Amino acid sequence: MSGPLSEQLALLPEYLSAHVRLTLAALAAGTLVAVPAGILAHRVRRLEGPVLGVAGIVQTVPALALLAVMVPLLSGLGLPGIGTLPALLALVLYSLLPILRNTVTGLHGLDPAVLEAARGVGMTPSQRLRLVELPLALPVIVAGIRTATAWTVGMATLSTPVGAPSLGNFIFSGLQTRNSAAILTGCVAAAGLALVLDLLVRTIARGCALQRRRPIVLALLGLAALAAWAFAPAPRVARGAVGRTLVVGAKTFTEQYVLAEILAGTVHERAHHGARTLSSLGSTVAFDALRRDEIDLYVDYTGTLWASVMGRTDAGPGRQEMEDALRRWLQDEAGVTLVARLGFENAYCFAVRRETAERLELRTLSDAARHAGELSLASDYEFFARQEWRSVEARYGLAFRDKRTMDPSLLYQAIASGQVDAITAYSSDSRIRTLDLVVLEDEKGAIPPYDAVVLASPRLARESPEVLAALRTLDGAIGIDTMRALNGRVDEGRETPAAAAESFLAVRRKQR
Amino acid sequence: MIEVHGLTRRYAERLAVADVSFQVGAGELLALVGDSGSGKTTTLKMINRLVEPDAGRVTIEGRDVASLDPHVLRRSIGYVFQAIGLFPHMTVAQNLAVPLGLLGWSRERIDARVTELLALVELAPGLATRFPAGLSGGEQQRVGVARALAASPHVMLLDEPFGALDPLTRDRVQRSFDGLRRRLGLAAVFVTHDMAEAVMLADRIGVMRAGRLVQIGTPAELARAPVDDDVARLLDTPRRQARLVAERLGGGT
Repeated sequence: MSGPLSEQLALLPEYLSAHVRLTLAALAAGTLVAVPAGILAHRVRRLEGPVLGVAGIVQTVPALALLAVMVPLLSGLGLPGIGTLPALLALVLYSLLPILRNTVTGLHGLDPAVLEAARGVGMTPSQRLRLVELPLALPVIVAGIRTATAWTVGMATLSTPVGAPSLGNFIFSGLQTRNSAAILTGCVAAAGLALVLDLLVRTIARGCALQRRRPIVLALLGLAALAAWAFAPAPRVARGAVGRTLVVGAKTFTEQYVLAEILAGTVHERAHHGARTLSSLGSTVAFDALRRDEIDLYVDYTGTLWASVMGRTDAGPGRQEMEDALRRWLQDEAGVTLVARLGFENAYCFAVRRETAERLELRTLSDAARHAGELSLASDYEFFARQEWRSVEARYGLAFRDKRTMDPSLLYQAIASGQVDAITAYSSDSRIRTLDLVVLEDEKGAIPPYDAVVLASPRLARESPEVLAALRTLDGAIGIDTMRALNGRVDEGRETPAAAAESFLAVRRKQR
Repeated sequence: MIEVHGLTRRYAERLAVADVSFQVGAGELLALVGDSGSGKTTTLKMINRLVEPDAGRVTIEGRDVASLDPHVLRRSIGYVFQAIGLFPHMTVAQNLAVPLGLLGWSRERIDARVTELLALVELAPGLATRFPAGLSGGEQQRVGVARALAASPHVMLLDEPFGALDPLTRDRVQRSFDGLRRRLGLAAVFVTHDMAEAVMLADRIGVMRAGRLVQIGTPAELARAPVDDDVARLLDTPRRQARLVAERLGGGT
């Protein structure tokens, strides 16, 4: 166990410091906005309803949805839609309500006699606020900041899919690659951070209440030290790289993590360019980030691009025609270069247990359509919203007894344990073979081809043609068996995506 | 010193104070008595503008209070009320320093004055570092009086200041206050519903009813020539109580 755990612990400083940066910045900004807003709402009673109402509505939006909304919102405003900014904004919005509500409550709840005395001795309104109201409301306000701290630390783990690194990287990638050491590291670190921050905030509050300077100073020093550590420029590992460090994006599944590492390694070895990976991006987040030059490279699939990006509702032409059409469309409409076709396909396919297939004599989707009323189906978050599903549903008249959505990493577990009868599998997944699943043939061609292709940002194509040349050596280099084996190393062999990628790169090095 | 002309204040349709006029000279204490709701507290609060009048005028030492910033006005007037309103997050010394800090006094001057004030209201110097929650009711009200006296005002406004104290403490604080205000020559308006207290402490008593000042005069004048039966009964209360108390206590002899 020490192996995988120490691998994860090596990543801890990077993710923890990013998490601390996000959390502290969000809390500081949240406090700076919410306390004055709370004072205003207290002073001008007319504003209290609207101010608390707006903050309350923000709070009812689920955390993940709030983060997701930030991406198109910021992009629409011409601001970076992925990375730290959307995560920070969402966290700030989320931290507002508890601080705001407690500020208003704290100020409302003061003893009227004390306020009358404050007026009676001749304090101006601002003196009253500074000398009497705020000091007396402080314990309640700080309680709000403590609530916000716990929420923010927790919610910051959700900023990974919008491209802001955090302790969520452990959790998202751990869930995808079934790496319990990673999940554990992320959870324990987040809980530990929440406890430490809470202790510091609470110490400040207690110091204020008891009028003791020492605990306040110590806690502030603690916060300052934490901030200094987190915001200190990290020493970048120079891998003999030239030019700027390229960013290789990855969506939220194992194959994407492995391919991102392979792309980064290839760029480094053949074009001597530094590259890092930015993992766990949402599917359309990745493409939008690429066309806006926020990431430089990532791997997508022709069928996905055809339906989700080009917005085509048909199943598409043949394999080569689709690739040619895509290449032209991407170049003309988005300035994105289709650099290479890796050589394998990761299509959505419908898989059932062998026992089910034999019992019901299922071989094709048409067979399945006849028995669909008896079968339950599970799929990932996006499939039922995709054109492919509508196309399959229309062509075969598939009406399953029950349709469920779950995390892709849990699909195989669900079918293996008999919780569902059919899943949408990914054709390059090693577990189709390991679990002895039967893939139902799409004999009517409802699902378009899903060839893995390397996409490059407009900026990369413009500035670094040598990187594109290096990546073209990957054209046709990863066949379906190779990809399944690499996926298997991570999903079942418990290797890290980087280690799996390295095994592939090492073979290529020998061939050169 | 304090001149009040035709003060009037309405709350919605109710006339809380109607055309009240009186004068209080330097070194004089005027007690305002009457039932609750008779307008005595509202009248008091219009003097330091905690309540703004709808009509009428208040002048203090010849200056119209309406012409001053309310907070500047209040810094020159001592104000004591039943709930005391000590600042719970400040020590006794910090509470006493507040009015002085507002006037921009230096640290040293404030410290010296705080020591003086504690002696003035007969509090042990050791209480200076205590928080209000650690004081008895009588000690708290002495601090309240000291805070009102901090900036050496010429005018004091007191709203049932001793109403919440137990009888023994009350008696002690009353006598100590009586000595103080005579020594300092304060002009004071003192709101109370306790006639015995009014008779003992006041130079003159104003009787209020339904927002109007029905009679004003020395206790002896009011006792000798009450304008109506209600005032007569009011003035007779302390005497009747005193007789009853004397009879019961001296019963055997």
